[in-house]
Amino acid sequence: MPLFWLVLIVCAVAALGFVLGRQRALAAAGGDRRQLHSLPSYYGANAMLKAAVPAFLLMIVWLLVQPIVVANIVSGDIPQGAVADNASLGLVMAEVRRTASGLDSAVAQGLLTARQAAAPAADIGQITEALKEAGQIVTGEITAPVLQAAQSYRGLSATGNLAMAAAVIALALAGAAWGLAQSAPAFRARNVVESGIRALLIAAASIAILTTIGIVLSLVFNTIEFFRLYPAWDFFTGLNWAPSFSGRGGSSDLGVLPLLWGTFYISIVALAVAVPIGLFAAIYLSEYASPRVRSVAKPMLEVLAGIPTIVYGLFALLTVGPLLMRVFGDDGLGWMQAGTAVMTAGLVMGIMLIPFVSSLSDDIINAVPQAMRDGSYGLGATKSETIRQVVLPAALPGIVGAVLLAASRAIGETMIVVLGAGAAARLSLNPFDAMTTVTAKIVSQLTGDADFASPEALVAFALGMTLFVITLGLNVFALFIVRKYREQYE
Amino acid sequence: MTDATDMSTPGNPAKTRGSLHAQDARTKRRNAAETRFKAYGIAAIVIGLFFLVVLAVSIIRAGAPTFTRAVVDVEFTLTQPQLEAAESQLFKTKAYQDLFIAALQERLDARGIEAEFDATAIERLLGKIGGDLRAFYAENPEQVGQPVSFQLPASSRVDGYFKGRVSRETIQDSRFLMASDLDLVDALAEAGVIRNAFNWAFLTGADAGVDNPGGAGIGASVVGSFFMMLVVLVLSLPIGVAASIYLEEFAPKNRFTDLIEVNISNLAAVPSIVFGILGLAVFIQFMHLPQSAPLVGGLVLTLMTLPTIIISTRASLKAVPPSIRDAALGVGASKMQAVFHHVLPLAMPGILTGTIIGLAQALGETAPLLLIGMVGFVARGYPDGLMAGFTEPNSAMPAQIYTWAARADAGFYEKAWGGIIVLLAFLLTMNIIAIILRRRFERRW
Repeated sequence: MPLFWLVLIVCAVAALGFVLGRQRALAAAGGDRRQLHSLPSYYGANAMLKAAVPAFLLMIVWLLVQPIVVANIVSGDIPQGAVADNASLGLVMAEVRRTASGLDSAVAQGLLTARQAAAPAADIGQITEALKEAGQIVTGEITAPVLQAAQSYRGLSATGNLAMAAAVIALALAGAAWGLAQSAPAFRARNVVESGIRALLIAAASIAILTTIGIVLSLVFNTIEFFRLYPAWDFFTGLNWAPSFSGRGGSSDLGVLPLLWGTFYISIVALAVAVPIGLFAAIYLSEYASPRVRSVAKPMLEVLAGIPTIVYGLFALLTVGPLLMRVFGDDGLGWMQAGTAVMTAGLVMGIMLIPFVSSLSDDIINAVPQAMRDGSYGLGATKSETIRQVVLPAALPGIVGAVLLAASRAIGETMIVVLGAGAAARLSLNPFDAMTTVTAKIVSQLTGDADFASPEALVAFALGMTLFVITLGLNVFALFIVRKYREQYE
Repeated sequence: MTDATDMSTPGNPAKTRGSLHAQDARTKRRNAAETRFKAYGIAAIVIGLFFLVVLAVSIIRAGAPTFTRAVVDVEFTLTQPQLEAAESQLFKTKAYQDLFIAALQERLDARGIEAEFDATAIERLLGKIGGDLRAFYAENPEQVGQPVSFQLPASSRVDGYFKGRVSRETIQDSRFLMASDLDLVDALAEAGVIRNAFNWAFLTGADAGVDNPGGAGIGASVVGSFFMMLVVLVLSLPIGVAASIYLEEFAPKNRFTDLIEVNISNLAAVPSIVFGILGLAVFIQFMHLPQSAPLVGGLVLTLMTLPTIIISTRASLKAVPPSIRDAALGVGASKMQAVFHHVLPLAMPGILTGTIIGLAQALGETAPLLLIGMVGFVARGYPDGLMAGFTEPNSAMPAQIYTWAARADAGFYEKAWGGIIVLLAFLLTMNIIAIILRRRFERRW
């Protein structure tokens, strides 16, 4: 792997820069470190930073930009006729990319010589055979334009990689040399190094912003692409969810309302389980429990929050579902058709949410000043009267915030509903019917061999956008309430 | 509570206050309400803990059988003439199988157990063993002529019979298992030839095809998860610590800092599936990184774990008292030196605890992995080599469990539960390490 070696080389240059920079500064001061402005290792660190940081930055930018440039050049070379009527340029490019990586692995396995793989008049049949043998999935026989494009893709990529390696190493060496040249006693090495480190710290902190931007951009662009293929009005008001499997749209009904209904119904069931249990648990733990009970029960309840959701999903599918079937199924009350239902997913999700509600409410109840309780006791109220009439009203905004945060978790939860809620999108009031949610449909539309250009796959991004907006709104609102409440008592 | 005017009104016996020792109706009601309210609280906690116990019991009950499997113990000696005879035949593996059956028969006869079986019955019980035997002797020619004890895994149906998944009542004759085979299985079990042994293959094996639940193991996906966690650790610890140091120690109070803080607290609450969408769009569609690779999974999980690590790191940096910083600054350290030489080492236990908890969270996360393609294929083997571990398609533990849960054969459900036990064992270990770290090194200032 050349990239691995490139990283190692840059690291080696940087390390060398550190050692030499330190030595050079010391030597310039005649071995007397008191003559230096900064500690000797700062001169080394200066050379090291100047060698490594720009080189790695260049490498990252190059790695991001090169595929785009190469793809643009290659796709410009593909003749118009090569793109079949029912396929897009994107699909052809994917084929080209697959073929190119297939050629790479065929060469690596020795099935083709490097010369054969790059030969312009290569025998297509032979190449296809070699690709198949190399374990590459090739659709039928590759066509001559695709092969040529793949060959030029490989050639350009190889040239690019070579140029990148040369440029990066040159930059690292130049940086190290610059750092070394600066290693004179009067050079304020510590100040320079510290402002460099500070810049790195700021860059690390900005990754949070970059992540948010990445999320928003990837959702927005794909959602716009989806609305170009499928009317937005139909998406937001459609009562029917029936994606066609053909993959070219047309007959698909992609209405979001049944999914939203399923999401909210399951969340409501979950909150109906989690809020009473979590709230009463929080009240007991903060107001009644002895420190010993509290120190055992609180972490035990919080274990429920640490269990991965896939475990809950399996629990819903294989334990709770069959259990509910025995009571409400055809042998019992006859309300339930299958083990996967709103009730199954909601119940299990409720269990998962208990600790969310209880820990947050616990914190909030504890934040209510003791003076308010004492005042109430002084008037002769019992403990429960104090809680109900003084503590809870005072803590109410915070508790509402906690419930909203739990609701946002419930709406965004994926694995429990994928495994426990069923796959049929329907608008029904029966909690024992199978329904599906926004998150479950994101998973089902984006897994498998979907073509990313079809509305059936792109709809997942519109669903993701809907989900993101709803949960973000809930979170911001909940955090606002909780913060407002905290300020009140601080 | 009682009204003074009411007290003074004569001729209203209900309102007169009786003995202080006897509760009146109202006090009784209030006290009853108090008791009830307290009982609700206890009930809530008990219900919560009950759910925890039910979850634990159902996981252990359903998953424990995965760790054992039925194996057939046979001591078998192949002599040189036998080997030559078998190799000279047209159906070589058939010849080995016949020799094996003869050895088995001999062993049963020696114990005085009557059992009739033929080659097809053995094949249903053990699969095609002839090939395995031949491969063994081809690899170990020096074992010829010496007694070798073979431990052969029984077929998954026989395994199911031992674990109660397949019973005599429900069995239907098929080419996989006949009802009459169960008599033979019972006879072999009585002779001690079939027994339950620890299923190392589950812990070390890779996933098997959809028709072979018995052969599926979780080992390859543990390796996949390991590589993913390596990526998460290497990226999220330095970036998270650097971001926290900036925000906690250096950041001026301005719009940009506020923007970062708001972003971090919001990212912590974004549903994990949205991170999956981000990974799909940015890393796979835009950057063309390989699908299903632990590298991509690690990148997505890094972005997801960063807010958790930043929040806990900031808390432990904040816990270091300002006097430490002041002392360092007082003896002439720069601000950067004060932070990196004094504050950071003191905050390290808290940071490591937070990181381990963040990693544990990332290890159990499934939804983003589904979107970057870690399901829908069979991860058949271990990656060959270090770089391949990052870039070759592999599964991860939670994704493997989901894959098994989504398959139709009930034999895979058992594997899924077993996988969950392995996953939870890892999570438990990580959390215990975090707790020990906290207990051992935490300082209260």
